[in-house]
Amino acid sequence: MIELTVNRKKRRYRGPSFKRLLDVLREDFELTGTKEGCGEGECGACTVLLDGEPVNSCLVPVAQAEGSRVETVESLGASSRLSPLQQSFLEEGAAQCGICTPGMLMTAWAYVRGGGPADPESVRTALAGNLCRCTGYQHIVAAVVETAKREKRKRARAR
Amino acid sequence: MASVGTSFRRKEGPEKLTGEARYIDDYPLEGALHGVTLRSKVARGILRKIRFDPAFDWSSVVVATAADIPGENAVLLIEKDQPLLASRELNHLEEPILILGHSNRAKAYEALEHIEVVCDEEEPVLTMEEALADGAVFKRFEIVKGDLDAGFCDADVIVEEEYRVPHQEQAYIETNGVAAWEEEDGTLVVTGSMQCPYYVHKAMLGLFPRAPEKIRVIQTTTGGGFGGKEEYPNLIAGHAAVLSLKAKRPVKIVYDRAEDMRATTKRHPARIRHRTGVKKDGTLVAQDIDVLMDGGAYVTLSPVVLSRGILHATGPYECPNVRVVGQVVKTNTPPNGAFRGFGAPQTLFAAEMHVEKIAARLGLDALAVRRKNLFREGSVTATGQVLNESVGAKEVLDRAVAVSRYLPRKKECERWNRRKSAPSWRGVGLAAVFHGAGFTGSGEVYLQSRATVSLLPNGDIEVEAASTEIGQGTTSILASIVADALEVPYDWIRVSTPDTARVPNSGPTVASRTCMIVGGLLKRSADELRRALEREGVDWPPKPSSLKRAARKLCANGRPFGFVQEYERPREIRWDDATYRGDAYGVYGYAAMVVELEIDKITYEVTVKDVVTAQDVGRAINPLLVEGQIVGGTAQGLGYALLENVIFDKGVMANANFTNYAIPTTLDTPPMRVEIVEIPYSLGPFGAKGVGELPMDVPAPAVAAAIHQATGLFLTELPLLPERISKALHDRAHRQS
Repeated sequence: MIELTVNRKKRRYRGPSFKRLLDVLREDFELTGTKEGCGEGECGACTVLLDGEPVNSCLVPVAQAEGSRVETVESLGASSRLSPLQQSFLEEGAAQCGICTPGMLMTAWAYVRGGGPADPESVRTALAGNLCRCTGYQHIVAAVVETAKREKRKRARAR
Repeated sequence: MASVGTSFRRKEGPEKLTGEARYIDDYPLEGALHGVTLRSKVARGILRKIRFDPAFDWSSVVVATAADIPGENAVLLIEKDQPLLASRELNHLEEPILILGHSNRAKAYEALEHIEVVCDEEEPVLTMEEALADGAVFKRFEIVKGDLDAGFCDADVIVEEEYRVPHQEQAYIETNGVAAWEEEDGTLVVTGSMQCPYYVHKAMLGLFPRAPEKIRVIQTTTGGGFGGKEEYPNLIAGHAAVLSLKAKRPVKIVYDRAEDMRATTKRHPARIRHRTGVKKDGTLVAQDIDVLMDGGAYVTLSPVVLSRGILHATGPYECPNVRVVGQVVKTNTPPNGAFRGFGAPQTLFAAEMHVEKIAARLGLDALAVRRKNLFREGSVTATGQVLNESVGAKEVLDRAVAVSRYLPRKKECERWNRRKSAPSWRGVGLAAVFHGAGFTGSGEVYLQSRATVSLLPNGDIEVEAASTEIGQGTTSILASIVADALEVPYDWIRVSTPDTARVPNSGPTVASRTCMIVGGLLKRSADELRRALEREGVDWPPKPSSLKRAARKLCANGRPFGFVQEYERPREIRWDDATYRGDAYGVYGYAAMVVELEIDKITYEVTVKDVVTAQDVGRAINPLLVEGQIVGGTAQGLGYALLENVIFDKGVMANANFTNYAIPTTLDTPPMRVEIVEIPYSLGPFGAKGVGELPMDVPAPAVAAAIHQATGLFLTELPLLPERISKALHDRAHRQS
């Protein structure tokens, strides 16, 4: 049995320990927000945060997540109450077909939460592992820059 | 507040941003089998026998072959030449032979390994040239205008060149996938990722004959299409359905990335030859253009792709004497099909590069040659179409040139390139294109599209159409159009999910037609609804309470009170299929682009530094979504130009993964400056034309022109990889020494 925390909830998994974290999330925990795009770690659609760091969940055997904290898109916000990052994606038009969006959001959230700089070049570097075929990235970069700026202002006020 | 012209938020955005939106692979299907496909391992041959390993336990496996198809073994589209499952002739690698299902996906794949296909292999035809020599031509078209010979006699200079463009993979991030099952009442249900539910409906009807209403096709949230889910879902839907009927259980088929890349359609490769007569001042007097496309093993949509290709082959320029000959041939490779632009990116690359070549030959700037010949109001195209209105060619060119500071930037690059010590070469390139909106020729007349606007019993307004949301914003723009036609808020409009049991056939979601054609139908439906409600005494603009009151009266038995509109050919549009003369499209969109780039002198790596593009869309219904189409299409075009290299080995894609088939990442995509130009079209809803495909046409020639300035290399074949630049430089050095 493997124990892990998924979106702040303790979960137990019984089954082959080399099952992909992606499949455990989607099939065993019914968290289908995380998507498969290529199955070989190239497209980033399956990105989740493992102990705060973005990983391709198609390349992570569930055993490797034992005792870890996993965060998926479902942890951010619901459609009736979007998180500031999701809201910014909506306003900037950063999601088109939406299939890369959950993975893109998780990479972006790790970046913003980690205090990443609010300039387009740094954001582009941070998102380079997440492929999107619809948007040309322009509106995604704008949404992340905007959220990073807001996050910085928030932190400055808190200080 | 008016909706049209306002960047309202995407209707389905919140679900997509939270993981609540469900794509086909997200639906749990109780008791479903996972279907996998046994495919041909030869490019051409005769199928003799299928052997099942007797040592393997087949008890929990269900297999469907061609023999299990109750109707005709043909995937209905334009022709009936493509079998759903091969039973005798094998015409390409990866051609489907049988479908196998197991409740466990891994077990299904394992079972595939225990099947042997015995066949007599034959010599395949793998190149367009071989196919042409064999006379294996699917379709030939010819466009003639004026007197070509007289035109060449008039010319001061004749410029000739041959151009080549490769396959391109759509690379939607959600692979193809569908599910199918039969309901107890005998209704065959197909649901999945698709652009055209009614195409699937038509194909299913031929394969599984039954009353049309006993086939129901429902689109699920679709993770990108770009044409790749226009016709291919017909095939995979048929596969899921035939296995489901055999197994008497639901079947789900979701391709993995490698299978999707190897087996499904791609952009047609093409060879385009130009021979052009020009005056010394750059005036075009004769254009002789020969287009050859590789259709792959079956006809699929090739005739229509070829048609759009040749209709755009002249570029957005007027020339008195023109001949365009187009042929699409059969090779033993997986069928090529729809991909954003649909033949036009191929021929427009050649057309625009040829302008660059003509300008170089005459010692003029390519901008001057363009300005001399560019379409304007009153221009006559190669098919004799008079461009009466909404001709934004000059406006987009002027805007792109001004905003990018094209001429001064070109001079600055020249100065940079003169510095021998500079680590790079720099160049600026320009291109201008046009793109017909809607189906070609009489296509819209044959489609007879229909769409409905209704008042629901609860007082809401509902839009019903089969036009799919595939990321481009269908749901939101159709809502905006209807909202303004009714003068009600955007939020009041609901757009129903494309489901053939519920929505009328508004035609396929392709050809930059959704906004202009379907939006136009919906505007008329909404106008009718409004008139009817006004007759009922509803004051306009209506209050929610008055709509509710009207609904109570008009929605008898809880049925919606709606108006359906069917497409009627506007009197102004005339087309003759036999002679290929007339109005090839109701109207065209126009785009111009200036690209600035830098090439590393050691690695030959190309970095695009700046992109400025101006695009005339008639009217931007939702400017943010229009910009989304433009920047997204531009990125795909930059990939086509610089990165995307489908490597064919013995007739099939060898680099079928994202590691070796590189599509642009954030770091390959520059910031882009977009100028939306609005020259309204009187027959489009609120003046709108199409925008979906236009942005795909323009980046490749602009990039190649910039490389031309940077290096002096005139490269005629895409993609413009560092290897190709390196070889061309080496060849040039060799010639000079």
